[in-house]
Amino acid sequence: MRSKPKWLFPVLALLPVLGLYACLRVYPIAETLRLSLFKWNIISRRKPFVGFDNFVELMSDPLFLEAIFNTTIVAFGVLVITIPVGLALAALINSRQGLRRSGFYETSIFLPHVVSLVPAAMAWKWIFDARLGPLNALIGWFGIPAQSWLFDPALSLVCLIVLCSWQSIGYAVLIFLVGLKNVPEALYEAARLDGASSFQAFRYVAIPLLKPVMLYVSVITLISSYNIYAQAFVLASDVQGAPGHLVRVLVLDMLENSFRNYRVGYAAAEAVVLLVIVLVLTGAQFRLFRDRSRA
Amino acid sequence: MSDPDHPSSDVDRNTPAGLAIDVVLFAVGLMMLLPLVFLISNAFKTPPELLAWPPTIIPDRPTLENILGVLHETPLLRWIGNTLIFAGISTASIVSTSAIAGYVLGKFDLPWFPAVFGVIIATSVVPFEVYMIPLYLNVQAAGLLNTLPGLLVGYLVMSFGIFLVRQYVTTSIPDELLEAARVDGAGEGWIFLRIVLPLMRGPLGALAVLAFFQAWTAFAWPLVVTANKDTYTLEVGLALFQTGFTVDIGHLSAAAALALVPSALFFSLMRRNFVRGVAGTGLKE
Repeated sequence: MRSKPKWLFPVLALLPVLGLYACLRVYPIAETLRLSLFKWNIISRRKPFVGFDNFVELMSDPLFLEAIFNTTIVAFGVLVITIPVGLALAALINSRQGLRRSGFYETSIFLPHVVSLVPAAMAWKWIFDARLGPLNALIGWFGIPAQSWLFDPALSLVCLIVLCSWQSIGYAVLIFLVGLKNVPEALYEAARLDGASSFQAFRYVAIPLLKPVMLYVSVITLISSYNIYAQAFVLASDVQGAPGHLVRVLVLDMLENSFRNYRVGYAAAEAVVLLVIVLVLTGAQFRLFRDRSRA
Repeated sequence: MSDPDHPSSDVDRNTPAGLAIDVVLFAVGLMMLLPLVFLISNAFKTPPELLAWPPTIIPDRPTLENILGVLHETPLLRWIGNTLIFAGISTASIVSTSAIAGYVLGKFDLPWFPAVFGVIIATSVVPFEVYMIPLYLNVQAAGLLNTLPGLLVGYLVMSFGIFLVRQYVTTSIPDELLEAARVDGAGEGWIFLRIVLPLMRGPLGALAVLAFFQAWTAFAWPLVVTANKDTYTLEVGLALFQTGFTVDIGHLSAAAALALVPSALFFSLMRRNFVRGVAGTGLKE
């Protein structure tokens, strides 16, 4: 039997996948970087190179600044809710691990993370609805006057944070549970022998060991919140002709510049800003990881 | 039921403190489900009951009016069909590209493979939204706007899938097994299809569920690529339907519930696979 060269199979097998990556990932990413340096309106044949002008203009664009402000508030709002709540729930579920009912806890908390975004956002939209929603009726019982949740600029941010946290908690709980299962039982035993209560054991044994996991979940939560779009789209669009306050988030502003204002280069510059934010967050995570493992 | 991995479960679990934890967790679980429960319940309510306070969980006089109305007003079933086809092909593509690329990158060492793997992982850091516009322009130039291939372009490969398979292949498939087959004269293609692929059923199953959900819940890309009622995916159709001026809460809830129930059911059936896939993403660094 004549033997074929050893590299033939792996190269042939990999080639189609590499082709897909080149066309669908590498090229568009490079193109985003390139377009961000040009002024282009899709239709025109003229596409002048403008250097960093797009970025300079972004820095004084009130809509972009509003978008980046809103997105940052939402991202950190979601973070501040998701991490402590997720950690507490994971600890509680972990203590009931192995019981049949813990399946219900995991499923019910995780379900919001996986169900389709749009119907889930529609469910919350009804809850927040000023006239028909149960939230206003509920706070009415406590003597708090009805609020127009989706119309007020500040409150609509709160709504977005609540909706996004509701979705992200399940993911945090799941990852924390994996982390908690990796804590060696012997460490708990030792803490217990030293007279620690289960809360103290959790606080001083599990939490320090979970720090890398917490960091990971924090970064994932922040990155995914910087990318929100569907939630803002659904909450802001009108019910019965009454438009809610539009929470301008980064992706929304970018798509509007590109597809409504036909400013492709400008929108690409916004995409680059989003990329930089994500890279900084990822880089920070790696750095913190390394520092920790060295310490 | 005791879990052998958790000696603490040998301890009596039904202490007062344990039961208190159960109460808290039950309450939290119910609260997490409540918005979805309300949504489904609203789908079956008559207009007067929709305004009732406190809102009822089980409708007093359940009606199918909303659901029938929505099916009449919108091509919802068609949207579900579009989404199933889109998600199905996307899943097939992601599973097969990940299987082959993960296997090759894990078991063959050509000098430039680490660089290739590095690039694949690096692209996964970049959010889809960042390169969506150039991708859109390409799809437009190719005349694929508003078509299934155009829709699929964003969802054919998944870096995490390649990572997952590579990880599995290097840790769980011994080189000796492959060598033995080679000595017996088996071709590389045969080895991949007949020996490696069956062994990867576990991780590929987890990946398939993950890929399917990713496509099923995709929003921004289908929103810009599809352009009319016949090509919308479920998420896009629903999001645009709810911007209409004349629709009422009952109909909206019915449409949303019809979209929600299949994904929730599918998740409940595939929970183990899904959790495995998602937990895998958490362990990647």
